[in-house]
This record gives sequence, structure tokens and C-alpha cells, in this order.
Amino acid sequence: MNESSGCFVFKPSSKKRKRTVGIDEYFVDGNDDCGNGRERFNICQKLWEKIKMDTEILQDELNEKILESLLDFIKKCTLSFQSRTDDWASRMRASEIPTAALVLGVNVPDHDMTFQSLSDLLKNSVTPFSVSVQAKECTALKNLMQRVLERLMGVGVSVEEDEEDSGIHLPQKRVSCSISVLCQWYKTVTKVGRRTLKLSHCKNGFLQSPPIVVIFKDFEAFNPRVLQDFILICNRYIHELPLIFVFGIATSPSTVQHILPHSVSSLLCIELFQSLSCTQHLATVIDKLILTSQFPFKLTGKVLQVLVSIFLYHDFSVRNFVKGLQLALLEHFHSQPLSVLCCKKQEARHNAQKLSHKDVEMVRQLPSFMRYVETQEPQEQVQLLTSDDHVKEVCQMLLKGLRKYHKNYYPILRCLHSLTASLPKYPLGKQIRELHISCLEKNVWETNEYESAMQLLRLLAKDELVAALRKCADILKPGKTKKMKSALQQLEDYIIRFEQLDETLSGEEITSPGKDLQKKTDLFQLQKTLLEMKGSRRTKKMSPFEILRNETLDFIDGLVRSHLTPPELQPLNEVCYYSSSGVLRRHLNATPRTSIQTALSHPFYFLQNENLKTDAGTVSSAAPDICIVYKLHLECGRLINLYDWLEAYATVVSAAEGKDPDAEDYGKVDELKHARFIQSVSELEFLGFVKSTKQKTDHVARLTWGGC
Amino acid sequence: SPKKRVTVMLNTVHTQCCLSSLLHQPEQYCYPSIFIYGHRATGKSHVILTLLKELELPHAAVSCVECVSAGLLFEQTLLALFGADSAALLPRLPSLSDFVRVYRQVCAQQPAKQTRYIVLERAELLRDMEANLLPGLLRLQELVDDNVAVILLSEIVWDKFRPNTGCFEPLLLHFPDYTKGKILSLDSNPSYTPELYSSYINILLGVFYSVCRDLRELRHLAALNFSKFCEPLEKGEAKEGNTHKLWRNIEPHLKRAMQTVYLREVSSVQWGQQQMDEKEATALRGLSALAHVELPYYSKFLLIAAYLASYNPARTDRRFFVKHHGKMKKTSFLKKHEKTSNHLLGPKPFPLDRLLAIFYSVVDSRVAPTASVFSQISSLVTLQLLTQVGHDDQLDTPKYKCAVSLDFILAISRCVCVCETKYLFLTFGLWLLT
Repeated sequence: MNESSGCFVFKPSSKKRKRTVGIDEYFVDGNDDCGNGRERFNICQKLWEKIKMDTEILQDELNEKILESLLDFIKKCTLSFQSRTDDWASRMRASEIPTAALVLGVNVPDHDMTFQSLSDLLKNSVTPFSVSVQAKECTALKNLMQRVLERLMGVGVSVEEDEEDSGIHLPQKRVSCSISVLCQWYKTVTKVGRRTLKLSHCKNGFLQSPPIVVIFKDFEAFNPRVLQDFILICNRYIHELPLIFVFGIATSPSTVQHILPHSVSSLLCIELFQSLSCTQHLATVIDKLILTSQFPFKLTGKVLQVLVSIFLYHDFSVRNFVKGLQLALLEHFHSQPLSVLCCKKQEARHNAQKLSHKDVEMVRQLPSFMRYVETQEPQEQVQLLTSDDHVKEVCQMLLKGLRKYHKNYYPILRCLHSLTASLPKYPLGKQIRELHISCLEKNVWETNEYESAMQLLRLLAKDELVAALRKCADILKPGKTKKMKSALQQLEDYIIRFEQLDETLSGEEITSPGKDLQKKTDLFQLQKTLLEMKGSRRTKKMSPFEILRNETLDFIDGLVRSHLTPPELQPLNEVCYYSSSGVLRRHLNATPRTSIQTALSHPFYFLQNENLKTDAGTVSSAAPDICIVYKLHLECGRLINLYDWLEAYATVVSAAEGKDPDAEDYGKVDELKHARFIQSVSELEFLGFVKSTKQKTDHVARLTWGGC
Repeated sequence: SPKKRVTVMLNTVHTQCCLSSLLHQPEQYCYPSIFIYGHRATGKSHVILTLLKELELPHAAVSCVECVSAGLLFEQTLLALFGADSAALLPRLPSLSDFVRVYRQVCAQQPAKQTRYIVLERAELLRDMEANLLPGLLRLQELVDDNVAVILLSEIVWDKFRPNTGCFEPLLLHFPDYTKGKILSLDSNPSYTPELYSSYINILLGVFYSVCRDLRELRHLAALNFSKFCEPLEKGEAKEGNTHKLWRNIEPHLKRAMQTVYLREVSSVQWGQQQMDEKEATALRGLSALAHVELPYYSKFLLIAAYLASYNPARTDRRFFVKHHGKMKKTSFLKKHEKTSNHLLGPKPFPLDRLLAIFYSVVDSRVAPTASVFSQISSLVTLQLLTQVGHDDQLDTPKYKCAVSLDFILAISRCVCVCETKYLFLTFGLWLLT
């Protein structure tokens, strides 16, 4: 009986065991002191959905051009396959496989989305037969063939399933993974397709014999041998199979020639397609996601700096940038209880009404709110500090102010950027994000860069200035706030005045002091006049254009001063602005080595044990063995004598045991200590701090530099 | 007539005699294995396959590139010789003995009336398969006891095939390269006189014969450029006899073709379009025109560091990258053998810690040793800008080589270095040992 029952495996019902934790639970658990976790989670989720959708749309828009030209290429090739004639030239010409070399840049993580939309487009409009392969799944020719066949014929089967059994089977044996199998399959599929799918073909707009598109996602990573053989094989069947290749290239198109020898690359008819550079892509993403008042969630300058520098210094990946933005979003809504107010107008008003006493207390403690209170009348101050309802009212008002601030901030920022972006040496930065970051951090008009930019602007010629002002007016046009409308009005007035200047100026004559100069021949006189001229130039009466130019620029300066104040000065900015750049950096740009070293030298941080707290540079003798061993090894040179190390270790550990220092067996090595020591040394070796060496017996080599 | 076509393709009388004597008595047993070699596009497979087809001899033609495993080779052979049923008799992952067994089995039912031929193209790939395959195939006749002959086609001479353990020596046949005269007589264009066409081919060979003897490629080029050659004739600007004018018209065009379409810098379709548009001034962007690669900031420095580590001897690192290095005597600075250009010797492997040490000293700011710096190294490897030496899975002190050219590095360091002195320093480091 026992034996037979042992044969059956008892499967516990998985439903009972699993305690499903909804994602929103984490928000509640994280800060148990307030009840609005779920609402915050919902707001966060909604915002993220919106951001995600927007980035996807953006990506599609950016890729539209290159994908369209790629599709045109593929369609053209398909047509040439069908119209293949048996004339002299085509008989003489070598049969080449049409190939698109798609240069996408080094930001490999972003390519997935591009390829996804490419294959979607292909499936929708050109051919049902498209496969994408990655290098890591095709280490040998066999694997590559298998992937291609599986994906192609798998798709074919699932497409035809609605119709009668067309007798198509996947290759049963691995052995028969050859292109000739594919050829037969293609013939049957297209024949069946022609017979039964005539109507749907016309509907889908597929051509009569749709091409087979093979997309090599990461061309560089492929084994050259595998690729060469695959191309050679495919070329043998090009007359039967309309094959088209797409190479996804990350570096430069000349890698095709590096990877494929001439005998193979001569089998391809390569056309080049180049995508937008990733920096441009980032600029658009920032433009649409960050520099807009559409989203209530904002980043402070430091956080944005972290995200941008990860992009520029490390990966060039827009996808990772958006992921970083998502992390900031989650962190903000998770760690800041008041972020419940960081949402759309109506919702924010509603949420402000529902604030609990605890929340209101939190509002009172916000630095920006405290500053605001200080500026109020004494009576109002008392009200703000005592009445919760009043604080809620004021909160709504302040949130409204914050929204207005954003609505004014971004158009003015864009204006300032469009004015200064064409100046020589870009005093305020070439990209708008640089200007944005400096505006977020301090009063931009107090910086030297701003001053020099303004000076350069004051030297602009008329047509340049008017063109720039027109651009500004275009930027301000969609603005809906009163201030933006009046600013637009004034700007347009200035433009009109500049234009009128032309007509009035043409009548006037400019008298130059140079004319008098010619009469004087006396050296002393000449010197005198020159000095006079120099003096007069300073106080020289300005031309009407110069006066108007100064006036206009003063007006713009005024706009900057009133609208581009840093957000920190706005009350309640903490609700919308995520500021902990350190957290973000630690998560996105981890330093594993540093954290291991911290853990080893300051075990207190990780173990949270009061006994381990020590002064800087020392380690408590009660610390874990590996910490002691690590500390001791820091004091050694490049080669460490194991026995000396062991003795030092034994001494330290004996002190921890509280033994009498004068006792005989103090610091003596017993078996237990020996074993503990050996274990910690091998742990250090595993972590890569030491390694065994053959240079000296009983020694290990250190692998890190620097000592205590 | 087929025979005539084949003799046109054949180069020498000798090969012709050999082949006809081999193939013309199909009732008798043939020599067990024949090895045919010659350069690419010398008509090996074309001649053999046309002959077999025209003489209606039973044969199986298999390309070894397609056979990712020996099993596939057996399957295709049986399929072609005996039909689909016989191929189904093979077990999963068949060995050579399985093949021989199945062959004997089906052969007993259909004994050979004529010699059966098995033609294996690109036979050099057989060497990479199982060790017993090639010797086994060479004496297949003996093994299966049937009138069968194996014909191996390859671009490599037989000496490179012979296994260590020895094997049956096949009959060797060489297909020599086509001579200039032979190529001239091979083709013709139906709409023009043979004289005109051969004068065109003559001009074409004048440009291309020194770089390319591949008949297939030459034909391709001939077809691509023929319309341009005929242009003055169509327009009535020149007569057929005016060869000099025709030559003046086509020669620069062909030279341009050699630099572009022959190297596949420009695709043949684009080349054709360009001819039609007649806009010769607007040169098409070739593949290598866009050699510029945009890289993240630290990747650029990593690549520079890798280049320095690859081409500078490790002893000189101290001098270049440590601020207060001790004095090194000028004479002992470079050893004699190091004075030969390091760029002639190619990149040398360097360990990861040397790369990082140079990287930290080259880059301006303090860089935290973050995970992304390390992952950039591995992405440089996947982009084939660095190559890893040794196994991929070697975690302990991996070694790398820099795989980019000096020009590439100079371009990178120019755009990375804001201040001029730093650039000079870097280029000095690069140039000193060139």
C-alpha cells in the first residue's frame, strides 16, 4: 500500500497557497500612516498609462518615415520578383537577394520597438511571411534554419486553420530543416492561398505571391560563419522563394563588408536605410513628456540631470530614459503622501477637500508652505496654522497657482530657447533641456550665461531679431492664460513696430561723425576729435531701431523674470516635483563594487546592529568574520601571507570572545577559528578581492588597489 | 545541342576527354569517386549537372552547405535516387552505417541498370562533419555494392582533404580558370552583333580582369553596364565600328563601377537607376561612406583606452598615465623589437583591469565604477568594436582586443576632447609608437 501511494504525487491546490498581493497593496503597506495609498496608486497608474501611450505614439511618428521607405523597398522588390522576365539581361545578371541595411544606432534596447512596428506593418500590408531572428538564439546554422522555418510555417498553419486541412505539417524531424522543405511549403501555401483566399487577399492588399522577409535584429552579434552559410543557401533558392533580408545594424553599414566576404556580399543587393539619431529622439521625448504642462508630475533639475546623464554617458537608450521616468513616478507617488494632490484639476480639488488632519499637518510642514505662511498677514497666519478647513481652501488656491505657473513657464522657456539657440557658442545651451535644468535650479537671469546671451541678443540685426520674435509669437499662440495672451499681444505689437520702422527710417539720414574728420589735418586736433568721438560714442544717441530693440529685449527679460522662477519658490511644489535624485541614481546606475565594499567595511548599515557601530576606519571585533578578514587584508600589500593573516584574525576574534588578553591561549588558533578563517577567505575570493597565486607559497594576491 | 553547350563551357580538351570517358558507358561500373576542383565559377557544377541531365543518368545533387547535419545529406541523396519512401526508412539522427544499410535495402529492390551518381557540391564542408563520412563516401561503391559513383566538387585542392588515417584516392580532375579568350567567346547578346558584344567584353575585361576572374560576377557586371555601352548607338551618336568612341564613353563608367557596384557599396538596382536618371554628379552614398558611429560618452573613452592598451606596451603605461612617474631612461624606454610599428603587428590582448586603469586616467571626471560602465564593455564586444579573447564564459580576468582602426579612434577622440591639449596628448600616445 505504502509503495503504491508513493507513486502519486499530491499536488496542493495552488490557489489556496498563493496570497495574491495586489500591486496597490504595496502603496498602502509602504506608508501605513495614511489612508490614501490606493488613490495615489490609481493616479500614478493612470499617469503612467498616459505617458506610455504618448511615448508609443511618439515612437511611431518618429519611425514613420524610415519604415515607410522600407516598406516601399520591400514592395518594390516583391514586384520585381513577380515581373521577373527571362530576357537576356536578367539571365546574365547574378541573382541577388534584396537586402535592406537598417542602421539604427547603438541604442540596442530601443530597437525592439522599431522592429515590432516594422513586423506589424509588414503583416498588415505586405506579407504574412515575416520572421525576425536574434543572434543569441542562432548560434549555429541549424538553429537559425530551425527558427526561420518554425516561425514561418507556424504562422502559415495558424493562418490557414480556418480553411480546410491544407495538409501542411511542421517538419516532424529536426533533420529535415532545410530550405527545400520551406520551398515546398511556400508553393502549397501560395497555391492554396490563390484558390481559397482570393477574396481576402484582395482585402488585405497582399500581393499575389507575398515575399518572405527575414529580419536579422542584431546583425553584428551574429556568428559570421552562420550568416554566410545561410545567405549561400538562400541564394540557391532565390528563384523559387522571394526572399528579402533586413539587417538591423547598430554601428555603421560598413560592418556588412567586415562580416561578409566579397563572395557572399556579392549575393546581396544591399540598400541603406538610416534612422533618426537617438539624441534627436530623446529631444522629442523630453519635449513631449517633460516640457509640457499636460502632466502634473514633474522632475526637479537634479533628477532630470541624472536621467539625462545616464542617457548621454552610458547607454543612449530612450527606452531606459522612459523607464527611469517611470521609476521616478512610482517613487514619487509611493514616498510622498501628499502626491495625492498631483493630478488633474477636478480630481485635485476633490482630493484636497478630503485631506485628513494628518495630511493637513503634513502640508503645514512642507518647507514651501511654511515660507508661504511667513509672507502672510499675522491674522491669516493664525488661520493657516489652526484651521484645517482653511488650509484645504488655501491648498486648492495654491494648486491652481501652481498649474498657472506651469502654463506660463513652458511657453516662456521655449521662447527664451528659440531666441538663444542660434547665438554663437550657445551661452544658454544648445538643447532646451539644458536651459530647462538651469531654470529649475536657480534664477536664470542672475547667471553670467544669461547676461552674455542678452548682450548678444542686443547685437542682433533687425531681420534676425524679427524672425526670432516671430518664432516666439508662434510659440505663444496656443497659450490660454491671460498673461500669455497679453504677452503675445505685446510681442506682436513690437513686431509691427519693427516693420513700421523700415518706412520711417528710410527718410532719415544718418549723419556720421567721420565726415568732419577729413577736414582736420592737425595732429593735435585729430587726437582731440578722436577722443571726443570716443566719448560721444558711449553716450551716442541711439537710432530708433536700437531703442526699439532694447525695449523689446527688456520686455522679454521681464517675461523671463516673472515666469521662469525656479519651482522651489512656488508653494506646494513638493506635491508635484520629485526630487530625490540619489535614490534614482542608486537604482538606475548601481555600483555593485562600492556597495560590497560598504557592506564589508561598515556592516552596521546592512545589519542594523548597534554593537557594530564604530568610528570611521575601524571594524568592531564583533563584526562578521568576513568583515574582519576584509579589514585585515586592506592593511596588506599585493601579496598576503596566509599564516600572518590567520594569526591577526585569531587575535581579533579572541578579543571579541572577551578572553583575558594575558591568558595563555589568547589569540591561539583552534580548529574552529581556522575553519571560520578559511571560509571567509574563500568568500573573499568568490567576491573577487583575492586570488590564489603561484608566485609564492602560502600567499594569496590582492586584486584591489588602495588600502585603509 | 547539349554536348556543344558543355564543350563551350569546358576549358581544356583534357577534361573533356576524361569526363566523356567517365560518363559514356553507364552500364559498366564507374570509378568509385571523382574529385573535381577549380576556382569559383569555372563551370564545375554546371558542366557536371548539365551532362547528367542531358544524358538522363540517375543522379543526386546535394550542396553540402545546406546539409547542417550528415543526416540531411543522406536524406536528400536517398530522396533523389530512390524517392520519398526510401528517405523515410532512415532513423532519427542517422549515421553512415544507417545510410549504407538503407541504401542496400532499397537497392536490392531497384538494382542499378546505369551508374548512379551522387554529386556533392562544396565538398570542403564534409571535412567538418563526422570523421568517417568523407572516407566512407569515397568508397561508397564498395560499401553498398552497387554501381554508384560519388563526385565531389570543391574549390580546394585534394591535398587539403586527405585525412590523417588515409583513404581511398579519388580520381582527380581540374577545371582551370577561363582564359581571356575563352570568356570572350562564351556569351553573346541577341540584339547586337557578336563583334560588337565581344568588343564590349574586351573593354570590360580590360578594367575588371585584373581584379576579378569570377565568370558569374563578370557576367553580372557586363549585364549591368551594357545598356550604357549601347547608349551612343541608340542615340545614333556613334556607329558600331567606331570602337574608340564607344570605349571613351564606357571606360570611366566602368571604372566607377569597379569602385562602387563591384564592391557592393551601391546595390545593382541603385546602379541601374542611376544610369537611367543620368545624374552622374550626384554620387550615391556608399555603405562605407557612413562610417561614423555615435557612441555614449564613456563608451568612447573605453574604446580609446582599449586602443591604447592594445597598441602600447604595458611597460609604457606608467609613463603615459601616471602623473608623477619615475624617470625612465630614453634608451631603455623602447626596446629594440618594439621599434617596429605596432600597427603592423596588430592589436594585442589586454586584461580588463588594465583597460579600466587606463580608462580612469584618460577620462576627465571621476567615474564611479558603476554596473553600466561594465555593461558598456560587453556591449562594445557585441558591437564587434572590441573582441573578447578566449572563451566567452571566462569570468576571471577576461582579456580583450581592440578591433577598430586608427582613423576611427582619431575621429572619436577628436569629438570627445574639448580641450586641444588633451587631444594632443591622446594622439601623441597613439602616434608615438606607430
